[in-house]
Amino acid sequence: MKRFLGFVKKEFHHIFRDYRTMLILFGMPIAQILIFGYVVSNEITDVKIGIYDKSKDDITHEITNKITSSGFFILHENLNSDKEIEQAFKKGIIREVIVFEPNFAEKLHRDGTASVQIIADASDANTANIVTNYTKGIISSYMKNELMAQGYPYEIIPEVRMLYNNELKGVYMFVPGTMALILMLVSAMMTSISIAREKEMGTMEVLLVSPLRPLPIVIGKVIPYMVLSFINAVVIIALSYFVFAMPIQGNLVFLLLETLLFIFMALSLGILISTVSESQMVAMFISMFALMLPTMLLSGFIFPIENMPKVLQWISSIMPARYFIVIVKNIMIKGSGIGVIWKETLVVAGMTILFLIVSIKKFKVRLE
Amino acid sequence: MIKQTKHIIKVNQLRKSYEKVEAVKGVSFSVSNGELFGLIGPDGAGKTSIFRILTTLMFPTDGNVSMMDLDVVKDYRFIRNNLGYMPQRFSLYQDLSVEENLAFFARIFGTTIEENYDLIKDIYIQIEPFKKRLAGQLSGGMKQKLALSCALIHSPEILILDEPTTGVDAVSRKEFWEMLIRLKEKGITILVSTPYMDEANMCDRVALIQNGEIMSIDTPAKIIDDFGRKLWAVKSDNIYQLILDLKKMESVDTVFPFGEYLHITSKADEFNEERLISDLEKVGHSNIRIQQIKANIEDCFMQLMQ
Repeated sequence: MKRFLGFVKKEFHHIFRDYRTMLILFGMPIAQILIFGYVVSNEITDVKIGIYDKSKDDITHEITNKITSSGFFILHENLNSDKEIEQAFKKGIIREVIVFEPNFAEKLHRDGTASVQIIADASDANTANIVTNYTKGIISSYMKNELMAQGYPYEIIPEVRMLYNNELKGVYMFVPGTMALILMLVSAMMTSISIAREKEMGTMEVLLVSPLRPLPIVIGKVIPYMVLSFINAVVIIALSYFVFAMPIQGNLVFLLLETLLFIFMALSLGILISTVSESQMVAMFISMFALMLPTMLLSGFIFPIENMPKVLQWISSIMPARYFIVIVKNIMIKGSGIGVIWKETLVVAGMTILFLIVSIKKFKVRLE
Repeated sequence: MIKQTKHIIKVNQLRKSYEKVEAVKGVSFSVSNGELFGLIGPDGAGKTSIFRILTTLMFPTDGNVSMMDLDVVKDYRFIRNNLGYMPQRFSLYQDLSVEENLAFFARIFGTTIEENYDLIKDIYIQIEPFKKRLAGQLSGGMKQKLALSCALIHSPEILILDEPTTGVDAVSRKEFWEMLIRLKEKGITILVSTPYMDEANMCDRVALIQNGEIMSIDTPAKIIDDFGRKLWAVKSDNIYQLILDLKKMESVDTVFPFGEYLHITSKADEFNEERLISDLEKVGHSNIRIQQIKANIEDCFMQLMQ
């Protein structure tokens, strides 16, 4: 045990003395979460919209005025046919079109309800969501303050339609995605590099010749990164909660446990990579190309999986990050418990066990 | 003849093949308890392969190797506990201080610096003033001393050093060998490899190795005696031309450059020195010196390589 603790202590020395490692460990997660957070900001101003008013009566004019005078929207053009809606979006200038149905005021007076269609360009899902919510807010406050105040039981029904990405993947995606990315990077890449470094520097030869068994060597390597990754995960969750007001609907302890599971998975993947790479360079390249890029591109972090070609969808199903993102999203946003995400949890756990078994099988007590 | 000493390392018909090359081609030697044994040969001769098999880091392709009467394949765990090994590229942990490096190696071998301080005292005392310094900032000679201390910290029975003096300055090299001899006096068996022929004289016995084959095993003095021919050192103002001209001469057998001199042998094992000088003057050489000398290990090596 003393041997083992001596080993772990040495690992911490390595980490704390290398400012580049420290930067990757702590600078990058904070920078990434802040950058992603502010780029995918919740504030909108001067969003250009189009209005297709099929009714052109007093009430539709009033609603239009409310929307354009809110400060959030600028009326870019008035549309006159359904065909123009599609064309207007294609030009890429407007983000939203509001369509009032024909005889809007008349229907409202006669039936008590009238509907307004809000169509948004959801290729930027986050913005689309915010824009439609603002629009709905303005309409409903008009309805409450002006129509209802006069004693009429009128109801305006907004129908939201998302173009291009109707399931709105991407909303709050950046926190789970960034978390997956950073934990993958810190855990898998850093472990694989640190083991490969021992090989490269020739110290692995000495470690192997020592009475230290391979398993303690590997666990000793992994423990510091596990601790640091976990701290990282907590920092990310705290940042997203306090700085970006991301909700945590579910159980925080459960979320942290799932995170720990994902860290285990990433660490065992890191060990696996290190068993096949002889130098830090190789370890880094494998981590970059086999982990980072697919994690970013194929996990559903940036691009929705549903829109991918079939082949890429298959590949994405072996991306551990994909499942972790689902888990985090469900816990944080929907407040789900294990009952909802047991499948994903099982997949991540299974991958962990698989990677561990393969790396133990592959880990050599010799140099060949 | 009755053998007085016990062989602590026994290598019998050892072969090692990599994918395309056979690095070790049937090597046999044994090292006695408490001996300082040198494996002398150029780069690529197979020294590191042999050492890695001895240290249980690689499997032999064929042949038997035993350390302390234990098989390197079957009993590798036990062997590892009693072995001090300093690999060729061993550069310690650059980002740990001298003291931390030593403490780390002591700890993973389940001991402490204090426990075996006597053994490393002579060596460690020289680097102790710098014990707070990071290993990466030490000079080459000091690094080797620290590495040796680390390999010795658990008081091993056998010490295996793979080219410990490669890339170290001449003074540190000399100091290093003096340390090895002191360690030998303490009863540790030492197996060391080196590409420097001049270091062979410091060993009890040496094996000259080339292309994966041992050409000769004996004490350095015996190997030199076995040279069995006369040897001359020649030099002139134009040493390169001298090589070419000597090689053209009928009477000359071998020509090897050796520092500022050329070492030559004669086919008849005798030279008429004056005639050789006049022959060389005829082809334009000046300031010619020639004298008969005693062979050294490198001459023997060159001859064996023929």
